[in-house]
Amino acid sequence: MSLLEVENLSIHFGGLKAVDNVSFSVEEGEVFTIVGPNGAGKSTIFNLISRFYEATTGSIKFDGRDITKLGAEAIAPLGIARTFQNIELFDHSSVMQNLLVGRHCQRKTNFLAHAFFLPSVRREEIEHREKIEEVLEFLDLQAYREKMIAGLPYGVRKVVELARALASGPKLLLLDEPASGLSVEETQDMAFWIEDIQKDMGVSVLMVEHDMGLVSQVSDRVLAIDHGAMLAMGTTREVQSHPAVIEAYLGREED
Amino acid sequence: MRFQFKTSYNDDINIFKNRYHVFWYALLGAGLFALPFVLGDYYVAQAIFILIFAIAGVGLMMLVGHTGLVSLGHAAFLAVGAYTTINLEKLGVPFLIALPLAGIFTGLFGAFIAIPVLRLIGIYLAIATMALSIIIEDIIVMAGPITGGVQGLSVDSIKLLGDWVSSDIFTVDLYASPYKFYFLCLFVAVLVTLLTINLLRSSTGRAFHAIRDSEVSARAMGINVARYKTLSFGISCFITGLAGGLLAHYLGHINHEAFLILTSIELLMILVIGGMGSVHGAFFGAFVFGMLPLTVTVLIETFGAPLGINSATFPGLSTGIFAAILVGFILFEPYGVNGMWLKIRTYFALFPLYRKDMFKRQKTYLKTERMR
Ligand SMILES: Nc1ncnc2c1ncn2[C@@H]1O[C@H](COP(=O)(O)OP(=O)(O)OP(=O)(O)O)[C@@H](O)[C@H]1O
Ligand SMILES: [Mg+2]
Repeated sequence: MSLLEVENLSIHFGGLKAVDNVSFSVEEGEVFTIVGPNGAGKSTIFNLISRFYEATTGSIKFDGRDITKLGAEAIAPLGIARTFQNIELFDHSSVMQNLLVGRHCQRKTNFLAHAFFLPSVRREEIEHREKIEEVLEFLDLQAYREKMIAGLPYGVRKVVELARALASGPKLLLLDEPASGLSVEETQDMAFWIEDIQKDMGVSVLMVEHDMGLVSQVSDRVLAIDHGAMLAMGTTREVQSHPAVIEAYLGREED
Repeated sequence: MRFQFKTSYNDDINIFKNRYHVFWYALLGAGLFALPFVLGDYYVAQAIFILIFAIAGVGLMMLVGHTGLVSLGHAAFLAVGAYTTINLEKLGVPFLIALPLAGIFTGLFGAFIAIPVLRLIGIYLAIATMALSIIIEDIIVMAGPITGGVQGLSVDSIKLLGDWVSSDIFTVDLYASPYKFYFLCLFVAVLVTLLTINLLRSSTGRAFHAIRDSEVSARAMGINVARYKTLSFGISCFITGLAGGLLAHYLGHINHEAFLILTSIELLMILVIGGMGSVHGAFFGAFVFGMLPLTVTVLIETFGAPLGINSATFPGLSTGIFAAILVGFILFEPYGVNGMWLKIRTYFALFPLYRKDMFKRQKTYLKTERMR
């Protein structure tokens, strides 16, 4: 059984078929990448999986469980964490506070316990920080621990968002263009991190990315889509050389 | 110049971050404790007023400053707290039980109101809560048996333990024993502040902050936005209800005029002046709000009298000055008195390495292409 199974997924915005009958699955421990030109429907697939959008037809199964009808807030507790194409951090909080929000779905105490700050809450807070410390160390973010997001450079924010997703202890990580806007060196770091996330942490990754260097370096399988429809699936090389994909990116030769 | 080294996770979690922190708050505590013994009754009454509005401010701050939801209707919850306290006391419930019960009732009432109201955002939420403030004025007038109608209710002195122990020690009255009233308010203020700080340093408070900064992201982190907004509204109303119970006894006589929409607006102004999004801010704001009429009167008497200006020739002068101060803050110091305080503190902490443009506001990235 695959970790994530997407079957015949479609969403129509009025007449626009943003995602049209897409099926794929992400295996445990796999890095699966979706590529496609701008407006192909990649982010929309992410928003369908994280339940921000209602699917018109089709189903999404995670860990054998149908999540097609769940609320968006029910997704993180199942073990799916995500990042956003346009960074969505909590700007008026520190890096630490952001990562602590990432651990929200791991809390075991309720607001009454919080109001009195019972010993169980303190224990939990320490536990959160121990986990976060590992993530900070892994992503080399210790220097930014207490910094406010609003003052951080773009590249660092990108990493903080990855850190926040990792802090929740996910089984599946959805990364929407993790390398967009990053320098060559930063992209290389990102590639190593994604490999480590897969190999050392055993977390599966579903990624959207335009940088084909990064895609070929980390992906086990690649799916190409255009206008919401599937074009080709396979290794990076297979997909890159597929005639339909070349056509989607470069246009028809006779044009 | 001083550096803070964190050596354990508890350094991160504790309320007091270091020895200096403890020292200054101990000093503040001592000052607040000594206050009624040093100041005259008039100023003690003033301090009580400030404390009551600080409590209400802390309550409203939870909603506005920490969760990012505006309310122009909090006078309504002051009223619910006030009338519930008084009526419970009339039924023979001792004050020490009536007040928390009134707070809880107000909190539940607020959470109930929140369910439909919090579907709205921004200006629509402001309008809906403003409507609440207007409706409650009418309800107070109509609900005669509970509220005394237009005449209102006169409020007896506080019997902490009710008729169970009718000793004078447990009777608190603004005129007979202002210092007792002061300590009662101080106690509630400290308690409410501790509860707030505790919430803010655990996942509930972080969820509020998350909702304030990015709802989309908050949901992706597994935060049930609707539920946490309702919770924030409930907690905010709980605290405001407590302030309402104290306010009723402070005023001695209450009718609908104590809970006008103007009160709601004043509460919001307290937060803006004090500094949005900080617990300190509510206290700073309440202090400015409480001391302003007095300061203006003194100023007019000292400087205006020789020129023939007095409050009779210029009615509304004090309101005008208040408004001018408010506009000044919005223009020059959006983080309020708390922001000024932080700058002064940082200046001394970093001395002599302070840079002049340190607090220039940073440009933040434009968020194009939001998902919603
Ligand atoms: N909420 C929405 N309402 C209407 N149309 C939408 C909505 N969300 C996405 N779309 C449309 O769906 C199509 C796919 O958008 P999507 O954001 O998924 O593209 P993408 O593949 O992520 O592109 P990019 O590489 O630019 O990020 C676009 O034409 C977009 O305008
Ligand atoms: Mg996209």
